[in-house]
Amino acid sequence: MTNEYLIAGFGGQGLLFAGKFLVNKGMMEGKEVSWLPSYGPEMRGGTANCSVIISDDPVGSPIVSKPNVLMVMNLPSLDKYENDVKAGGKIFVDSSLIERKVQRTDVEAFYVPATQMASDAGLTGLANMILAGKILKELGEFEDEEAVAASLKKVVSVKHPEMYEKNLTALKMGRDY
Amino acid sequence: MAEKVLMKGNEAIAEAAIEAGCRHYFGYPITPQTEVAAYMSKRMPKIGGTFLQAESEIAAINMVYGVASTGKRVMTSSSSPGISLKAEGLSYLAGADLPALVVNVQRGGPGLGGIQPSQSDYFQATKGGGHGDYRMIVLAPASVQEMADLTMKGFDLADKYRMTAMILADGTMGQMMEPVEIKKPENQDFDKSWAVTGTKGQRAHNIVNSLFLSPEVLEKTNFERYERYAMIEENEAMAERYMMDDAEICVVAFGIAARVAKNAIVEARKSGIKVGLIRPITLWPFPKKELARAAESCHSFLSVELSMGQMIEDIRLAIDCKRPVALCNRAGGIIPSPEEVYAKIAELAKNGGCDK
Amino acid sequence: MIVFEKPKALTDVPLHYCPGCTHGIVHRLVAEVIDELGIEGKTIGVAPVGCSVMAYDYFACDMVEAAHGRAPAVATGIKRADPENHIVFTYQGDGDLASIGTAETVHAAARNENITIIFINNAIYGMTGGQMAPTSLPGQVTQTSPYGRDVKACGFPIRVCEMLATLDGPEYLERVAVNNVKNVKAAKKAIRKAFQNQVEGKGFSLVEVISSCPTNWGMTPQKALEWIDEKMIPHYPLGVYKDRSAAKED
Repeated sequence: MTNEYLIAGFGGQGLLFAGKFLVNKGMMEGKEVSWLPSYGPEMRGGTANCSVIISDDPVGSPIVSKPNVLMVMNLPSLDKYENDVKAGGKIFVDSSLIERKVQRTDVEAFYVPATQMASDAGLTGLANMILAGKILKELGEFEDEEAVAASLKKVVSVKHPEMYEKNLTALKMGRDY
Repeated sequence: MAEKVLMKGNEAIAEAAIEAGCRHYFGYPITPQTEVAAYMSKRMPKIGGTFLQAESEIAAINMVYGVASTGKRVMTSSSSPGISLKAEGLSYLAGADLPALVVNVQRGGPGLGGIQPSQSDYFQATKGGGHGDYRMIVLAPASVQEMADLTMKGFDLADKYRMTAMILADGTMGQMMEPVEIKKPENQDFDKSWAVTGTKGQRAHNIVNSLFLSPEVLEKTNFERYERYAMIEENEAMAERYMMDDAEICVVAFGIAARVAKNAIVEARKSGIKVGLIRPITLWPFPKKELARAAESCHSFLSVELSMGQMIEDIRLAIDCKRPVALCNRAGGIIPSPEEVYAKIAELAKNGGCDK
Repeated sequence: MIVFEKPKALTDVPLHYCPGCTHGIVHRLVAEVIDELGIEGKTIGVAPVGCSVMAYDYFACDMVEAAHGRAPAVATGIKRADPENHIVFTYQGDGDLASIGTAETVHAAARNENITIIFINNAIYGMTGGQMAPTSLPGQVTQTSPYGRDVKACGFPIRVCEMLATLDGPEYLERVAVNNVKNVKAAKKAIRKAFQNQVEGKGFSLVEVISSCPTNWGMTPQKALEWIDEKMIPHYPLGVYKDRSAAKED
């Protein structure tokens, strides 16, 4: 079993962090994992993305070109990557930032107004984790809430412990949406 | 066993270097290896080490030369254009027989090129770069774990043979994050009686030098150095064999290209194509014997590279051109996709070794 | 009674310098200072590329030969490797220090790197046979300025002490000469201070020594020493350009 995630949007939306959380969870569950960010000028405000692979087998190429899970937080990313998703894959769309629907019919699409939800809940900047929570739920990986919490704890900066609770809240909001 | 932690390749290099006893780092900012410097700037002051952002790549490599002269473990890291600037220092390190670790997280070239991953410094790393007859041990990691392990091994090899070991990585290896275990270094004693540490009035002065104005003496130092190089070629070549036992097609790739090639090979095997991979871990010494052995059973070879085809020349030499060697390459910062590699493998399978 | 002997910090290897060259005097001064301070056992010298490229054979302390212009960077590495136990000096000419190695010089000074630099300024490239140096005087005839240094085409000579004195970093900068007994004595005092500063951890100390090159200047040794007084010193005034600790005490 191999899950290949592509997480894409603008720089500054916490895409890399969401990926880091997912990959850390995979590692803690004993899976083979890799995390690869795009880097360069796009880190400074343009479109950014992050490849995450979580697998039962050793990871070959860490570059995700045919994801079975696509998470998008801006329109250019949906335009760019929609057709790359494997048939039967899942696309998670931040519907407060992307107005159009997924065109393909051979994939499952989930629309979460994550940025709006985060803003309403006083969790500005955590739309990434709301979407991550939804992804875990739809992949059937949110059953063990403690495992989710434990892996989150690992990736939240020790300098900002208060972010742990906020991130966990965001994850649960995604799960429950 | 120590717990595995998620680390970026660049950070794994830095942490492994510290674990290996390196307490001196000199560098100059350049994408995509800056994390090494950033990590060192955080850690070194806390462990009594030196982190110094030099005024130039040239100064950085010469600071490395200075510390190396004293026998202590020292390193620098850079990316392609920066390594060109360091080439002078690399030649001097070789000429003075000094051990050092140099990291090149490659980006596309020539010139200022780009900042995306590349393997187009293969020639520069394995054939020279600086002037004169010399070699560097060139290690090509293909995972974050290897970024750490080969850094440690690089320091040991550098000390053992009194020469530069280079980690030849690429932007992907530097930026990607994988679980890594920073192992404990093996305790090894290396002779450092040649180092300049002050005579303390107890011995004749040591001289670290690469100038030999007498042609006879200079020739002799070169011949002696090449005896050492021959020993390294004999003993230190490393390669990974992947699905090679019954392979008829041998893919050769290192670093990120090898990772991509593995995906393609898995797919090709599903289609019944007998294909395997030899992944050189040392680019110099090049694993010639491993390739020569493969040439006895494989009908064709495929070099997968992020360059216009550099390693392919060494493959042809290693197998004495006994088999056709095809090239699957992308350049300028683009990584070949598993599909592209697969297509090339399928083509070779169909033609049974005939490239055309 | 011994009234004159070779400093212990010099080896027995015969110097290769031309007759009348003042490198020998400066080598001796450096060696005397090392002897007097009793630091030979912890001193590591860095030789440059240029006439003094083989200085590593002449000094009895541990020696390193550096690439052209890189001596301050190499010295930085050696010093940082063991700051408590290494006394590090570089011995560099004008082409090495003020042309190809300008960046290394300026930045070692800016960092107040705790090293000692002996800078030989003889306004010419000696080793390669008398080409124009960054310190060659306006109008000076050399192999590569056969009609005299034309400042419109090749710019003006660099006054290293004055330039470095504009930086906050360096501890001590002094220009001396070795063309007569009085100047040689003053030069030794400066060199001693430059080493003493390092021993006391004060930082970057550079002594610029105005020297002669009779061979490439095309003069007799005697005439060359006079030329220092007539031409060099007026352009490169002797004196202390920076002495931070002394300034603090005042």
